[in-house]
Amino acid sequence: MANYKDIINGLKDKQGGIIEAFHALQREYNYIPEEAIAEAAQVFGVSQAQAYGVATFYSYLSVEKRGKYIIRMCESAPCHVAGADEVIKAIEKHLGIKVGETTADGKFTLELTECVGQCQATPVITVNSEPVFNVSAAKVPEILSAYK
Amino acid sequence: MADEMRLLLEHADKIDPRIAEDYIKVGGYKGLEKARQMDRKDLIQEVKSSGLRGRGGAGFNAGMKWSFVPPAPVKYVVCNLDEGEPGTYKDRIICEKNAQALLEGMAICGTAIESKQGYIYCRGEYPFVVELLNKAIQSAKAVGALGDFDIEVRMGAGAYVCGEETALIESIEGHRGEPRFKPPFPGVAGLWGVPTVVNNVETFAALPYILSNGAEWYASIGAPKYPGTKVLTLTGDANNTTYFEVPTNYMLRDVIYKLGGGIKNGKKFKAVQVGGTSGAFIPEQNLDTPIDFDSMGTIGAALGSGAVLVLDETRDIVDIVTRISKFFEHESCGKCNPCREGTFRCREIMEKINAGRATEADINNILLLARVMKKAALCGLGQAAPIPITSTIEHFGHEYRRKLLQYA
Repeated sequence: MANYKDIINGLKDKQGGIIEAFHALQREYNYIPEEAIAEAAQVFGVSQAQAYGVATFYSYLSVEKRGKYIIRMCESAPCHVAGADEVIKAIEKHLGIKVGETTADGKFTLELTECVGQCQATPVITVNSEPVFNVSAAKVPEILSAYK
Repeated sequence: MADEMRLLLEHADKIDPRIAEDYIKVGGYKGLEKARQMDRKDLIQEVKSSGLRGRGGAGFNAGMKWSFVPPAPVKYVVCNLDEGEPGTYKDRIICEKNAQALLEGMAICGTAIESKQGYIYCRGEYPFVVELLNKAIQSAKAVGALGDFDIEVRMGAGAYVCGEETALIESIEGHRGEPRFKPPFPGVAGLWGVPTVVNNVETFAALPYILSNGAEWYASIGAPKYPGTKVLTLTGDANNTTYFEVPTNYMLRDVIYKLGGGIKNGKKFKAVQVGGTSGAFIPEQNLDTPIDFDSMGTIGAALGSGAVLVLDETRDIVDIVTRISKFFEHESCGKCNPCREGTFRCREIMEKINAGRATEADINNILLLARVMKKAALCGLGQAAPIPITSTIEHFGHEYRRKLLQYA
């Protein structure tokens, strides 16, 4: 695993690049560790409070540990009318967790999201930002079994 | 597909958007070449007289926007690829089918305002588009198509409000995506305080065609006051839920019944929401309206991003609008009170109505709150958030009243 300091310092010449650094950290850890926020604040010349403020403003950034696979269920209107509610219930039941929680084995985190821009095939979930199309409650076990 | 008019998407799936040579083979980068030979003032005038208006939702004349940029040593061209409006994916399609046209359009703008640096702000939901754009830029640079104009892609992280241009600028600067007070407008003081032109993907991607075919040609397509084509994304209860590029005088009814193949499963039409989740709900009697910006305005609606969400007769409008009110509560950035508190209260009252616990007084309250938000919210998010509520109370009031306490 790459060191968080190397990840942040690799982007230090990018003006305003703290969000890019947070993305890079999440690609490695799936969340932004507390010590990395402090380091990023120092490298990009902002206070720790400001860096934390940025990290917690955006819904795709997380300051809390998440699972290996982050499942996001779109609940915007087009997915809502296509049956997103049933799909959420099916995922919760299949994984035994509620929205916002991570499975005990650290494999899956379930989050809600707004529109992911794949409305040609609703309802849509994304797994680590990869869209999965035309999801139904019945298809949930099969879809999730592909993630080892 | 009959009735479509493909301009930006003419070569969709026939060329590789990442490869500049593919685009050059079909006439690409000719517009930029022409722009570079023109006087800057003439170039801006050409774009102005083409009548091209912003495709992100505000509908402002693009050439006019550029003409406000004052002289400065450093200026920026920023592309808004944050399309967060639910039901919208046209900018993703334009990138996936014709990314080079976007790059060329940005370079044309750079020529017009004398900027050497462009930024594309891509929403965090599209990491694969970021990858595609980086390859496209590399390829365009390698063949020398962009000259000394550079483009960098920055990725957002899931904040709808960053589609607002000043919030987007804040986000590129590495801050929380909270909108700024205007004025000053970005054209005068934008990214890192210098003059910045922010345009939508679709606006930039139209520029190469305007330059190579002439302003007059472009101005003659579609609706005279909002000329050109528009990429629409059809979702919901239509048979053919996909994207279309149509001239701007195309009729809304034809989007649903001709291109969309009508309503799924033989059901009847109930309503259509145009422009994304912040758009108005339109009833059957207003379907014979062209989709252009001004015509939509005459029926109290907005073209917005070009999302078209169709609902059949079985859909519960109040339930859908309740869901939409949750969206705005979640996406409000919290900077200004009318929006932070307003979206919260809208959601609260909508849930009360939807649960059958409300009275006529709640409807009056939400209409009053809507007026306050429209007038007092800092940015378009808070101003537009009540539109789905007010437009459905206007056109589908019976569905609300059916759920009120005295009728329970």
